[in-house]
Amino acid sequence: MSDVTPTEMMTVAASRALTSKDVCFVGIGAPSAACNVARLTHAPDITLIYESGTIGTAPDVLPLSIGDGELCETAVTTVAVPEMFRYWLQGGRITVGFLGAAQIDKFGNINTTVIGDYHQPKVRLPGGGGAPEIASSCGEIYITLKQAKRAMVEKIDFFTSFGHGEGGDHRQRLGITTKGPTLLITDLAIWKPDPETKEFTVVSLHPGVTRDMVQETCGWEVKFADNLETTPAPSTTELMTLRDLQERTKRAHEGGKAA
Amino acid sequence: MSKFIPLEQAVRENLNDGDTVAFEGFTHLIPHAAGHEAIRQGKKDLTLIRMTPDILYDQFIGMGLAKRVVFSYAGNPGVGLLRRMRDAIENQYPRAIETVEHSHAAMANAYEAGAAGLPCAIFRGYKGADLPKVNPNIKSVVCPFTGEELAAVPAIRPDVTFIHAQKANEKGDVLIEGIVGVQKEAALAARRVVVTVEEIVPDFKGLHPNLTILPHWTVTAICQVRGGAHPSYTHGYYERDNATYLEWDKVSADRELFAKWMDDNVLNATPAVFAERTKGL
Repeated sequence: MSDVTPTEMMTVAASRALTSKDVCFVGIGAPSAACNVARLTHAPDITLIYESGTIGTAPDVLPLSIGDGELCETAVTTVAVPEMFRYWLQGGRITVGFLGAAQIDKFGNINTTVIGDYHQPKVRLPGGGGAPEIASSCGEIYITLKQAKRAMVEKIDFFTSFGHGEGGDHRQRLGITTKGPTLLITDLAIWKPDPETKEFTVVSLHPGVTRDMVQETCGWEVKFADNLETTPAPSTTELMTLRDLQERTKRAHEGGKAA
Repeated sequence: MSKFIPLEQAVRENLNDGDTVAFEGFTHLIPHAAGHEAIRQGKKDLTLIRMTPDILYDQFIGMGLAKRVVFSYAGNPGVGLLRRMRDAIENQYPRAIETVEHSHAAMANAYEAGAAGLPCAIFRGYKGADLPKVNPNIKSVVCPFTGEELAAVPAIRPDVTFIHAQKANEKGDVLIEGIVGVQKEAALAARRVVVTVEEIVPDFKGLHPNLTILPHWTVTAICQVRGGAHPSYTHGYYERDNATYLEWDKVSADRELFAKWMDDNVLNATPAVFAERTKGL
């Protein structure tokens, strides 16, 4: 399959990180696509949770928002939002939180709040939503985003959610007991935090991607693992599953009143 | 005095200039008809509370009716940013607004504390995050038993909460099914509660016994407004009008286009148009 787009490679690579044993808190956008491809391929028993309170949902099309009706209709159960955050997230029942990001730094700290100063922002972004507590209460965090210099920056403008802070044992020093960001999947590479410094390091390049391409689209000096691997290309099943899902989604969302 | 009154009267009698008000709904059951009636009546200097302000609060803010917005996610869900809210924050247009920003966990806990009659909510949150640096209402307490430091935020106590629901019965009990969101907490935290419903039925016999979320004596007023959540949805009645959310991105991007849209669709409309808008959804 030579016509795989970088975004498709990113989504498929992200889906592979999930297993049937996971209980996954799903962010909207790229994480949602990856989580549902996992569910439709190798991880049929994965529990997907959206912050609208839907637990164990299995939508036929990707939701436009975290509260689309189909998430509830296909869920094992739907709980109130306070219960979602108190019993299920804070209660420690979620193994993986899957987040997107507007801005990220090398330690997996995320900004989705403002570009510029908080009180006089250049761009006011939507804000954190569930992310601040997802980042600290889930067993571990996977992050997915497309590489760009303005997205992967040396210093983020606002800590919407905390990753590894200044690196090293910063999480432990704040009394956070969960692992934090353990995986970063971009459209070019797979990154994992260094065991000591916690700086994200490229461990695998997607097919056809060079080190230069990764560096040119990243705002900090990229570290590469010694035994750098190549990400296996998407299988026919993975790619067909993703494309079918997106085709169904496009049809459903454009429908509106005309449907 | 009857609880069952027209929406125009319910808004006039229960929402005052300067009030703290929540129009709650979590993607599902957003009370758009009630919000539009409040905008039509020009209720101003409002403190608007909602976890996910979305396009209804974008409309209040764009019309200059909001003084302060308390929120945890200010986006057009699945589409992008709230452009009228951005214009108010970035350019003070049409007026400056004060923002009080939280996380979802904090807002959900704060509504629950309001409903529970507590002064504040306590939870494990905001660790390492920057919001406590810019919101002085985020503080911490130490657990007297374990010594753990926990986040604390004030309870939310709106003057009035507006919600939309599927059904009321003739006594005025209110039923919600599907994604239940935070509406029960938002209603029980408020001094006054106004509910718009799709339909009023004689009684709830034969329906699932756990569906009633508010007994009649907790509700101030009930107004039947078919389609009253549009372009949000009402589970079992009509689906989310995603195309309208996508269209809002364009409408809200331009000040004049926005003003015209509000004239055509809100200021010169009535609650009756909502039934028409949800036909075929």
